[in-house]
Amino acid sequence: MIQVRELSKLYGKKQVVENVNVDIRRGQITSFIGPNGAGKSTLLSMVSRLLDADTGEVLIDSTNTKKMKSNELAKRVSILKQSNFMNVRLTIRELVSFGRFPYSKGRLNDEDEKMVDQAIEYMDLKEMEHSYLDELSGGQRQRAFIAMVIAQDTDYVLLDEPLNNLDMKHSVQIMKILRRLVDELGKTVIIVLHDINFASVYSDRIVALKNGRVVKDGPTEEIIQSSALKEIYDMDIPIQMMDNCRICVYFNS
Amino acid sequence: MRDLHKMLILAGLALAACGVYLFHDLNGSFDYALPRRGVKVFAMVLTGIAIAYATVVFQTITHNRILTPSIMGLDSLYMLLQTLLIFFLGSDHISIMNRQVNFILSIAAMVVFALLFYHFLFKKGNQPIYFLLLIGIIFGTFFGSISTFLQVLIDPNEFQIVQDQMFASFNNVNSDLVWLSLVIIVLLIAFAWRHNASLDVLSLGRDTALNLGVNYDSLVRYMLILSAVLIAIATALVGPITFFGLIVANLSYQFFRSYKHSVLLTGSIVISIIALVGGQWVVERLFTFNTTLSVIINFIGGVYFIYLLLRESRAK
Repeated sequence: MIQVRELSKLYGKKQVVENVNVDIRRGQITSFIGPNGAGKSTLLSMVSRLLDADTGEVLIDSTNTKKMKSNELAKRVSILKQSNFMNVRLTIRELVSFGRFPYSKGRLNDEDEKMVDQAIEYMDLKEMEHSYLDELSGGQRQRAFIAMVIAQDTDYVLLDEPLNNLDMKHSVQIMKILRRLVDELGKTVIIVLHDINFASVYSDRIVALKNGRVVKDGPTEEIIQSSALKEIYDMDIPIQMMDNCRICVYFNS
Repeated sequence: MRDLHKMLILAGLALAACGVYLFHDLNGSFDYALPRRGVKVFAMVLTGIAIAYATVVFQTITHNRILTPSIMGLDSLYMLLQTLLIFFLGSDHISIMNRQVNFILSIAAMVVFALLFYHFLFKKGNQPIYFLLLIGIIFGTFFGSISTFLQVLIDPNEFQIVQDQMFASFNNVNSDLVWLSLVIIVLLIAFAWRHNASLDVLSLGRDTALNLGVNYDSLVRYMLILSAVLIAIATALVGPITFFGLIVANLSYQFFRSYKHSVLLTGSIVISIIALVGGQWVVERLFTFNTTLSVIINFIGGVYFIYLLLRESRAK
């Protein structure tokens, strides 16, 4: 379990995240939703130590992340950000191999190679594993980065808007893979999402943020309610049941 | 294994360059010319190693392939120190006349400056690296302006001595200093070599590096200080030559197309040895000392720099 305790972040005088307390349960997909500027990405960055919190702490399985060595933490928690700019040219396989760095420090043994193979096959990238990343489409690139995180083999996988710039087909593909990671491999996935319908259909729990504070935190069916969404987004959003999925019809509200 | 192949070819070229420089037109002067040439080759190899290593590492840290460590203002500080010494003490003072004293003074000034600079910056928390570079540019310009001001005031004969120091030269390198530099450079790089895999991860960007458990802040600090010390040694040994690193680092990226720092660093080191020793030979034999190596380096480096800028802007 990841426990977030009284976490705050100031940018200048603006309080971006304010005294956030959240528990994230193991073996589930937890989605962070909320309007732009609510502090979702900042919160995720602090949980994954990409950003130092001003106050508060993050406990991972009851250990304070500040007390863990960065290499040990990298075997427990992985994070994938929205933009992955780099100025080296890598093939998919080389990128995925980097996922084994916390274990191998760059010298891959047989077991590392096996994990890399598995991750590549899991993301269905086997036939293009020697293609360069800059030759791939956005969806393939995103899958390659997720494969790296799978090879990293952490209990907790954090993703910051992984569906950005992806079309419907690839978005669904990515969400299905994340669902499989949780259901088949027992991972815990925490994801920042903009599209509340993806959050509704794929996540177990939803944490809603607004102005740096947690306004709702609960199982998906409790959050995907017109009254709760009104509080989060200031919009009247009708909910339709379709094939056992709660779909938010927000397009003309 | 293609990398190994290329590396062997380059190493062969480097050896050939050293061989030609040492033995061409020697006329049996084994006692007089050979030891003198030997010291020069030695100095060039050391400078090449220091500059190549410092530049590649610096570019990885800053995620920028058209920067050189000279942006930290160390070259300008070196020039300021030389100008100050001549301005206040005169060109016949021991700090200018004696190469050893000058060497120690220069290294001490540059290393102390770099350490103080980083100390104050890092004390204020984790500044973005570009902030640090901007401060470096300001310091460099500041040092440069003071030097120019003082150079205008001094006696023209004294200015000749300053001008000598402005260009890198291998012609009067002191052999004791070469040995001292060798020990320091080899020790520093041997200790740093184990960080090569972490540097590979660093080139994926800060976020990915942190995600993969690299201790980003401390690694960046360590590498910045290391490259500053290497630049200080090379500059104190032969004069300001940092621009040279830009050429060899980029040639190494182009030639090897690898992300592995063990390959890129070795490659750029070997390329810089070829360029320095080969270039010096051309200066001595073809131009018969009518020009200096650093003039040629700055000319070729400048042209290559413009090419890199054009290519980068087209790639966007």
